[in-house]
Amino acid sequence: MIWQSLSYLWFGFGVALEPHNLMWSFFGVLVGNLIGVLPGMGALSAIAMLLPLTYTMHPVPAFLMLAGIFYGSQYGGAIGAILLNLPSHPPHAVTCIEGFPLTRKGKGGTALGITMIASFFAASVGIIVMILASPLLVAIAFKFGPKEIFSIMLLGLIAGSTMARGSPMKGIAMTTFGLMLGTVGTDVNSGVQRFTLGFPELSDRVELVALAMGLFGVADFLRHVNHMHVITESRTVKLRDMRPSKAEMKQAFWPMVRGTAVGTVFGAMPGTGPTITTFIAYALERRITKTPERFGHGAIEGVAAPEAASHSKTQVDFIPTMTLGIPGDAVMALLLGALLIQGIQPGPQLITEHADLFWGLIASFWVGNILLVILNVPMIGIWVRMLRVPYRYLFPSALFFIAIGVYSTNNSLFEVGEVLVFGVVGAILMAYDYPVATILLGYVLGPLVEENFRRALLLSRGDLTVFFQGGISATFMTVCILLVVGQLWFAWRAARRRKRGEIDDAIVVPVAAE
Amino acid sequence: MRRDVRTLDKDFWSGAGLVVAGIVYAGFGARYSIGSLSRMGPGFFPVALGAILALSGVAIAIAGWLAAPPAVPVERRKPEWRAWFLISASIVAFVAIAERVGLVPAAFAIVFISAFADRDNRWRQALVLALAITAIAVVVFWWALQIQLPLFGNQ
Repeated sequence: MIWQSLSYLWFGFGVALEPHNLMWSFFGVLVGNLIGVLPGMGALSAIAMLLPLTYTMHPVPAFLMLAGIFYGSQYGGAIGAILLNLPSHPPHAVTCIEGFPLTRKGKGGTALGITMIASFFAASVGIIVMILASPLLVAIAFKFGPKEIFSIMLLGLIAGSTMARGSPMKGIAMTTFGLMLGTVGTDVNSGVQRFTLGFPELSDRVELVALAMGLFGVADFLRHVNHMHVITESRTVKLRDMRPSKAEMKQAFWPMVRGTAVGTVFGAMPGTGPTITTFIAYALERRITKTPERFGHGAIEGVAAPEAASHSKTQVDFIPTMTLGIPGDAVMALLLGALLIQGIQPGPQLITEHADLFWGLIASFWVGNILLVILNVPMIGIWVRMLRVPYRYLFPSALFFIAIGVYSTNNSLFEVGEVLVFGVVGAILMAYDYPVATILLGYVLGPLVEENFRRALLLSRGDLTVFFQGGISATFMTVCILLVVGQLWFAWRAARRRKRGEIDDAIVVPVAAE
Repeated sequence: MRRDVRTLDKDFWSGAGLVVAGIVYAGFGARYSIGSLSRMGPGFFPVALGAILALSGVAIAIAGWLAAPPAVPVERRKPEWRAWFLISASIVAFVAIAERVGLVPAAFAIVFISAFADRDNRWRQALVLALAITAIAVVVFWWALQIQLPLFGNQ
């Protein structure tokens, strides 16, 4: 089986290195990096903005480009977090804790260098896991019927909503809100128009790009306008500064390995977001270190571990997304939407039916990560300058790009109006401390959840216990219940502690709105 | 323990809002046929979702009610009504203008109007920024990407 995978991988490299595909991959990495560096812009806004561009493209280069944007913007986000203490993307909030003190000490370049090494290492491990695990998963996935699909999606939704930052109840409420948005449009089974409010434009569902751009673009601008102030003191990073010394390398090595392991485990679990992954990787380092007093004052371990975790998670996350059609987080949900728009149904058959896409994508990860390293060595000076683009020029320009991007999705100005509605709704929800990322997860999974739920109960003649029959489905349902019970227990324990006046030892981090 | 309405946590109010939203949504959902468990109609799933949202709203509101009021008053940001209005207006302007007058004035309008949402932007800066973005709109989107909007005139 492994030999077969390797020969497929060889084929994949052939696909990824085709000049045409390579060009799009490079373009994606470059644009992703560029947008990721800008304050307040993360992978989600980068992908959503460029998604319309892919509609006329062949699926393979389209997906290679989107994947390139994804890890490009992830790396770009780390630059802002380390040099300016600006987490433009929530998972990087943790990187700020140690990264910015390092910059203050004049070690910002080293931190960036370590980030680059850690992300490359972690991505490589993630890719190997993907190569080994995907065929195995496909063998199981063929046994999936409606009830299995429903129960694993339920697991993804519950995990996504309860393990995000903040209150689990709020996460559940937001996931439900996303599922509700997913019901807008024509019902597949009966053809009934649901919740269209009389707009014929809504009979074909709420537009994914409009929803994503509203929640992650406009809502962010509404939240941050007049509150985002970029530090203007000049910091130059030279190429020479980026090479870590041998001692620093040694210090960062094991945290990097542990971070990769954390990311791999979480990547395989549907619904666990990238933020929680990086937080856990950081907390682990702080717990097992022999010199805890260094943490918070620029410990290189605290940069290496979370960055490695986020990159290995990114890679491994593609497995459930592509083979089961279950996205791990909001970014994956958006990529899944892109696949569906291209007319490609994710699922176990994807690997065999679209071998060029799947293996080309895997190979392009390696190629793309190398491109990322090559690109960042000479460009770092430019990125640092880009970081200083004032927010007051940034958001009006971005608003235009959002408007024109959403319009070009379906040549529909109505959808530009949708962006405004979701932007305002998202900003209000953020103001009340609700996590908006899970809305997107619910929205993308909504129709699939409903369809499989209905089909499973049709087959069982209305017997709800069907979800607990059969090994796979019963296992997922048990994990669902354990998750809920566990969350309740933690909440109860925290409430008791607070009553007794003990202070939580949770890590307090300045986190931008998720 | 009686509490002053004003000290109630914002969780209480947002939870209450979710309860209302869930009930309204479920109410509309119930107008489609619900069916039975073995033969679900288009209304079944919406009613169930509305109920879940309302229940989670109840839980959030109760937790907000029980939580002790913060010892230190939370620093409240002044709501940026002006910025919210201008950003919303800029998008509305884009939609309205693009439909009737074309891409160039629409691109100019969305940037020019929204620029004033930031208190530090002055006329000159807004003007230069809007003109620069309009130029990008014409060169990149209209000429290179062949977007369907005419530069000037009706759609």
